[in-house]
Amino acid sequence: MSETIVLKKGLNIPISGVAEKRLSKTVNSDIVAVQPANFKALLPRLLVKEGDSVLAGSPVLQDKKNPDIIISSPVSGVVKEIVRGEKRKLLAVLIQRDVEQKSVDFGVKKVEALSADEIKAAILGSGLWPFLVQRPYGIIANPQAEPKAIFVSAIATAPLAADPDFAFATEVNAIQTGISAVAKLSKGGVHLSLDACVKNSPLERLNGVTKHYFKGKYPKGCLGVQISHISPIRKDEIVWTITLQGLAAIGKLFSKGVCDMSRKVAVSGPMAIEPSYISCVPGTAISSLKPFYGSNAEEIRFVSGDVMCGKNVGEQGYLGFADNTITLIKEGTEKELLGWARPFRFKQFSSDHTYFNWCLGWLTPKRTFDMDTNLHGGPRAFVMSDGYYAHYLPMDIYPLYLVKACLAGNIEKMEQFGIYEVLPEDLAVCEFADPSKNNIQDIIAQGIDLMLKEMA
Amino acid sequence: MNKIFEKGGKLYWLHSTIDAFETFLHVPGTVARKGAHIRDAVDIKRIMIIAVIAAAPAALFGMWNVGYQHALATGISWNVFQAFWFGFLKVLPLFVVSYLVGLAIEFASAQIRGEEVNEGYLVSGFFIPLIVPVDTPLWMLAIAVAFAVIFGKEVFGGTGMNIINPAILTRAFLFFSYPNNMSGSQCWIEAGEKVVDGFSGATPLALAADGFDALANAGVQYSTSFWTMFWGGIPGSVGETSVIAILLGAIILLWTKVASWKVMLSSVLGAVFVGGIANLSGASDIPFWYHLVMGGFAFGTVFMATDPVTSAQTETGKWIYGFLIGAICVIIRIFNPGYAEGMMLAIFLGNIFAPLIDHCVVNAHIKAKNRKQYEY
Repeated sequence: MSETIVLKKGLNIPISGVAEKRLSKTVNSDIVAVQPANFKALLPRLLVKEGDSVLAGSPVLQDKKNPDIIISSPVSGVVKEIVRGEKRKLLAVLIQRDVEQKSVDFGVKKVEALSADEIKAAILGSGLWPFLVQRPYGIIANPQAEPKAIFVSAIATAPLAADPDFAFATEVNAIQTGISAVAKLSKGGVHLSLDACVKNSPLERLNGVTKHYFKGKYPKGCLGVQISHISPIRKDEIVWTITLQGLAAIGKLFSKGVCDMSRKVAVSGPMAIEPSYISCVPGTAISSLKPFYGSNAEEIRFVSGDVMCGKNVGEQGYLGFADNTITLIKEGTEKELLGWARPFRFKQFSSDHTYFNWCLGWLTPKRTFDMDTNLHGGPRAFVMSDGYYAHYLPMDIYPLYLVKACLAGNIEKMEQFGIYEVLPEDLAVCEFADPSKNNIQDIIAQGIDLMLKEMA
Repeated sequence: MNKIFEKGGKLYWLHSTIDAFETFLHVPGTVARKGAHIRDAVDIKRIMIIAVIAAAPAALFGMWNVGYQHALATGISWNVFQAFWFGFLKVLPLFVVSYLVGLAIEFASAQIRGEEVNEGYLVSGFFIPLIVPVDTPLWMLAIAVAFAVIFGKEVFGGTGMNIINPAILTRAFLFFSYPNNMSGSQCWIEAGEKVVDGFSGATPLALAADGFDALANAGVQYSTSFWTMFWGGIPGSVGETSVIAILLGAIILLWTKVASWKVMLSSVLGAVFVGGIANLSGASDIPFWYHLVMGGFAFGTVFMATDPVTSAQTETGKWIYGFLIGAICVIIRIFNPGYAEGMMLAIFLGNIFAPLIDHCVVNAHIKAKNRKQYEY
């Protein structure tokens, strides 16, 4: 067993509504969406028009900057509508799903016999390439570049996130093929992070990877945190990351010759009725999950992804390309009389010691809270010092300095303070804990956008 | 909120004020729009109110002590309640002026910037009456508060952006602008016309400037023993005299983690270090532990130096920053008889040097990080 990396900092957030580990059904939504907004910095070119028939794996979008990168349809069907927003911005391509599903036949291939370029071409051609994400910046990996290494996280510590040991238990062989394939794309190989607290994980059977074990609290599952302990990203270095669902899809591409993006998705959260797992494809309409939320949709926030860094997509939205969690939480629009002045607030969770929940936590360690989206305060300038935030972030950076450098738009300082190492999601825990209620992830995202603009 | 207070409404100029009172009563129903969809229940109001609660024992003791010192000076015998009531009536106007002036400026600038009113002044406004002599004329206090809030805080962008603690700036403004009213032996005790024999209005700190013998054998109406200074029955600024009451506040601040234990501990270490060297080398015969209970050291260490906005931001920086404050305080006390009290200037300097300390700490960290070798 490799060395275990122990993270002392962090915070487990006890939100209720963890998905029960059973597959309750397969959801085949009538409409499936391909959304350019799922891919950071993608300049989409539309390859289909309304009325076109597509198969699973047929190209739908292409990146204008890098025409090799295509995004394909997850299902077979007919292009029903092309949704555009302001200034004709492409928002989504809606595909009416066929009853019988067919995939483009990519041909079964033996990964061992293929060269790196052949693997690259196969993944690009199938539209599965966008599963590979480049760090820094979190954009789709550039096929012409060679990354230092490829990182995969098999840890989910974000509150309510899908448990990889359950969600991928039946996909181990496909993931193994996927790993063998992408391993050829980088000399640094594939690094797999596993949870040191989980015994007998089916994912431990994977080989051809360098395994790293992590012990600690949220956000140990965030790749930024893991990479910063394995091999931090420095200036002019790039690494690629890929999710397990991406590896499974790439594995099936080679072993079965099909484009199959279906996955087990955890439908969870305090507002979910019987939270459990479903099987579906990315782009599945949230409204097809009606049995999970019933009739009071106005009170619910529908998050594609985990509750810390997912996207608020609304009832009319669609599951994101790389997400395997859907979280349903209450919109916290109720006022709370003298909330901040009460000595105790038993129904609210706070990790701050000014409330006493942290010592109640010793008495009732398994207690969970029905958290909602209320900010619990007004936005303020940063008052607490850097240490307050660093206390929650198991990375070797000064989070507040980085955030302030992003606010100031100072590229040099952002570089020094570690903008290459982080994506917004890595600092979600600081945002959660921030008593000044700043949108830290948004600030980091703006910093990254500025870097992308200046470095282009 | 009523429509007339919203943008375009007739009373929009009161928007921030109404909002402040409304959010004082209710935690508002605003939801997270971006980023993490759930947030911790803590907010700045909660953190600030804890700081006020922590300073409350010192404030209550200070009020009683004003009455107690008056009784000692005039030779009347009062019970606890009489002494407290006397002090309460003396100190209350200081609080009223501090809050009225400070909050008026705070509300106005929040409205000008179009922001919500920040709670920072709730704490500063509570601390200011505790660090001034009880006899401070109210108009002076008003000018000093206005100066500190406008030029110490609002011009930098409000709470969270300031470089110097507004309470310390108020004290420094008073000290340098009206030295006659802020030091010497006239301002500390509300004495009246008739005083007892051997009366002195000087604080132990001022007596100690002439050496330990002068302090021990001062023959003044109050006791100058270590333990009296520890429990606080001595003249001084309103809230600074009782180390016991301040320690109670320190326990609250540390328990709730509102203040940094690193700053407090290192400040004490800094004072002990310099005081100890001065004792060993014969530069001063005041035992070093006296420095911890005299004057504003304890109050400054617990409540002023630990202000998260103006103290060092980095954890390593906090050690250096605290040590510097403790050390400078005792250096000023020992080597500069012109100023009896060194704590105000020490914190002032500490605040000014904090960004530099952080800069060095962060740069050293980045250099070390870049040198680090990794296996992969």
